[in-house]
Amino acid sequence: MKITLKVWRQKNTQDKGKLVTYDIKDASPDMSFLEMFDVLNEELLIKGEDPIAFDHDCREGICGACSMVINGKPHGPLQTTTCQLHMRSFKDGDTIVVEPWRAKPFPVLKDLIVDRTAFDRIIQSGGYVSVNTGVTVDANEIPIPKNIADEAFDAATCIGCGACVAACKNASAMLFVSAKVSQLAMLPQGKAESKRRVENMVATMDAEGFGACTNTGACEAECPKQISITNIARLNREYLSSKLTSEYVEA
Amino acid sequence: MRLDSKIPDGQLAEKWYKHKFNVKLVNPANKRKYDIIVVGTGLAGASAAASLAELGYNVKAFCFQDSPRRAHSIAAQGGINAAKNYQNDGDSVFRLFYDTIKGGDFRAREGNVYRLAEVSTSIIDQCVAQGVPFAREYGGLLSNRSFGGSQVSRTFYARGQTGQQLLLGAYSALSRQISAGKVQMFTRSEMLDVVIVDGKARGIVTRNMVSGKIESHSAHAVLLCTGGYGNVFFLSTNAMGSNVTAAWRAHKKGAFFANPCFTQIHPTCIPVSGDHQSKLTLMSESLRNDGRVWVPKAKGDTRKPQDIPEAERDYFLERKYPAFGNLVPRDIASRNAKQVCDEGRGVGTSGLAVYLDFADAIKRDSKKVVEAKYGNLFDMYQQITGENPYEMPMRIYPAVHYTMGGLWVDYNLMTTVPGLYALGEANFSDHGANRLGASALMQGLADGYFVIPYTVGDYLANMPATKIGTDHAEFKKAEENVKGQIKKLLSINGTKTVDHFHKEMGKIMWDYCGMSRDEKGLTFAKKRMQEIRAEFWQNVKITGTNEELNITLEKAMRVADFLELGELMIDDALNREESCGGHFREEYQTPEGEADRNDDKFAYVAAWEYTGDNKPENLHKEELVFENVKLSKRSYK
Ligand SMILES: Cc1cc2nc3c(=O)[nH]c(=O)nc-3n(C[C@H](O)[C@H](O)[C@H](O)COP(=O)(O)OP(=O)(O)OC[C@H]3O[C@@H](n4cnc5c(N)ncnc54)[C@H](O)[C@@H]3O)c2cc1C
Ligand code: SF4
Ligand code: FES
Repeated sequence: MKITLKVWRQKNTQDKGKLVTYDIKDASPDMSFLEMFDVLNEELLIKGEDPIAFDHDCREGICGACSMVINGKPHGPLQTTTCQLHMRSFKDGDTIVVEPWRAKPFPVLKDLIVDRTAFDRIIQSGGYVSVNTGVTVDANEIPIPKNIADEAFDAATCIGCGACVAACKNASAMLFVSAKVSQLAMLPQGKAESKRRVENMVATMDAEGFGACTNTGACEAECPKQISITNIARLNREYLSSKLTSEYVEA
Repeated sequence: MRLDSKIPDGQLAEKWYKHKFNVKLVNPANKRKYDIIVVGTGLAGASAAASLAELGYNVKAFCFQDSPRRAHSIAAQGGINAAKNYQNDGDSVFRLFYDTIKGGDFRAREGNVYRLAEVSTSIIDQCVAQGVPFAREYGGLLSNRSFGGSQVSRTFYARGQTGQQLLLGAYSALSRQISAGKVQMFTRSEMLDVVIVDGKARGIVTRNMVSGKIESHSAHAVLLCTGGYGNVFFLSTNAMGSNVTAAWRAHKKGAFFANPCFTQIHPTCIPVSGDHQSKLTLMSESLRNDGRVWVPKAKGDTRKPQDIPEAERDYFLERKYPAFGNLVPRDIASRNAKQVCDEGRGVGTSGLAVYLDFADAIKRDSKKVVEAKYGNLFDMYQQITGENPYEMPMRIYPAVHYTMGGLWVDYNLMTTVPGLYALGEANFSDHGANRLGASALMQGLADGYFVIPYTVGDYLANMPATKIGTDHAEFKKAEENVKGQIKKLLSINGTKTVDHFHKEMGKIMWDYCGMSRDEKGLTFAKKRMQEIRAEFWQNVKITGTNEELNITLEKAMRVADFLELGELMIDDALNREESCGGHFREEYQTPEGEADRNDDKFAYVAAWEYTGDNKPENLHKEELVFENVKLSKRSYK
């Protein structure tokens, strides 16, 4: 199949960047979207041109590295990751526009690669259970009803890709943050520090420059792991009750 | 140099317990005076970095991805073993130990493997305490499944995403220590050399993958937790970035490389679809519980699978191994699939695939039941191949999956370079010639959470806390070395791409040093590898500069190391004149075509010492002593 690709090229964070057009003469429907980029990059290299930089690693939809906005949609037309998208989802003769995640807290490093370390800093501010290595309680001494374990699991499947931020007109990170807050708030292991956690994570999210959530639902619609916005409702509840009964007074 | 495995004396079951008591301790107030470098943040690295920081050491951690959460461990699907015996089905530490030794075809150390089995139970406790959402029963207790090579249910799992959930647990512990200021995290940083001062590992040299800056980091000990080297074959189930560079460069600085030819080929992967193929996707082993593996009886039968009558199908695993059937261990399933394809009975356009058929399971249990068990895997298969496995059998073929070989380490996980440790898939220690399913996650976390916190302390307690500045001559020398290599690569400006060379060498490795090997093929492959390497250094094309984010340069450095490693793997395969586990030498098979192990001559670990560029490596042998198990022939008939 023939494809016209318009790809965002940007040398580095300072560069202004622009869309550049490439003609793909012979894509196979069995190729993954990223394999089409591999083939194009080989051609560019042979011509002595700089290949297109993009993030990827597992190519199995689980590491959360791949991150392309395809025809305006994070991860493209299917509700999956960029690496799990195949050319059979497109038609011969299509024009496809490919851009990086667009959000102020995710500056472009080069071409389609953005800096998502803000997500790591949010987790560092509270996305854990404070337990050191070497606990002595037996795992089965903390029974957890299956429905709660399953619900916590659903929230825990977030891959930290950032599509939710890229999809949101406010660049809100609420779906990402709420997934972690929910997982740990639902489990008995996470209860003890749930107030601190939600307050700190929300504060870090704001400080990193992510926008406010106005409940448009765009994040849920684009999330490749089907993280539900009910998690956002749960975060809001957690946050409110924590603020009402806060253990510490903010300066 | 004599290899000393430092296995403690005494009864098997007491070794680790006594060793923990005998190791020296660093007093709590002094720990903060010591710096430890951890390269890699997969299960092994993240768990080690977090645990050491909790103890009070200053940790610097490195990974090449943009976040520690994306390490290759994230992709593990099936589960993690532990001898909890929650099912009351006769499991015990000794049984897990025995299964692992036997599964590894008696090419691993008893002492290490027993310790692994022993700490396995604490891993589950630790992970649950962190909030890892393992699968549970309605009563709220943890659920188990069974896996190949064992007769008990001891595998803990989190749907098909066990690696993800375990890694996120370790990542959360790591994140907590980063926020406490005890771990300094360097992402998008690639380690390119180890720095040795007065015979001890004292730091590393890295390249900042965004700016290209070459940087030095000094410490009192260096831990390599950098994963396996399956990508030497170009196509494998490993993540695209997985590489051998850190381990290989340590090897060139004096760390012996053990059993490099021991590679695991996983039987159930989605076959190659064309030249554009960039990696292979694993289909969970659990599918073999219900899927039946077959090919047509006749060569070159191009009929659709549904048009081939029952009588003209060969269910070759069930035919040859009636006791285990489709559930034989990985190496045996893989080799048999290759055999029938070599006979011209493979299916699909390439002829390099066999069927994995669920028709009988669907008939027996209903589509709904099959869907509940494997729905997400079937969807993934359909997404990748465009075919519906509910209606026609899956096509599968073996693919490179895991490397049992790695840096040689002693019982303390220390390499032959004092102060340099290797953890997780990067070391060779526990899986012998074949790894059992669900045991890699167990080993990575055992090394990081429960072994290294003791053993590294023993080393540091004997060492002054004085720091060495990165202006030391050895650091400067290592930096110049790295810069020199980069400059050389950038100056070649040839006509062939890095991927071209990687694919070419990968194919040679796969054809001659893959699922089966023989002397003639290996000798030919060695020559070809040398030729490809020579051409690489004359004709590779890399655009751009060092001082920018340069994806081609990154790949080129990794492929340069794979080219050297490949040759060592071939030497190792040539040296090992026996068949064992994943290493199958055509010349050494029983009349029935099974692996013919030679315990009299080859019950040893082959540890290779680098002696200089283009010089043959020296072989050192660590004899394996078996006092608690009887060496037997593996039989799954
Ligand atoms: C598809 C798949 C499924 C699997 N399923 C299972 C399973 O169900 N059960 C099981 O037990 N095992 C499974 N395995 C095996 C298991 O996942 C791995 O062996 C294990 O996760 C390796 O962990 P690790 O910590 O040693 O290394 P990795 O997770 O590979 O981490 C390596 C780390 O090192 C870093 N690194 C590497 N080189 C450098 C460098 N030069 N500089 C800086 N950083 C570097 C990387 O950034 C990364 O952080 C599976 C493997 C695959 C491929
Ligand atoms: S919530 Fe969904 S879209 Fe957002 S980071 Fe997690 S997986 Fe990606
Ligand atoms: S590359 Fe890992 S999720 Fe796409």
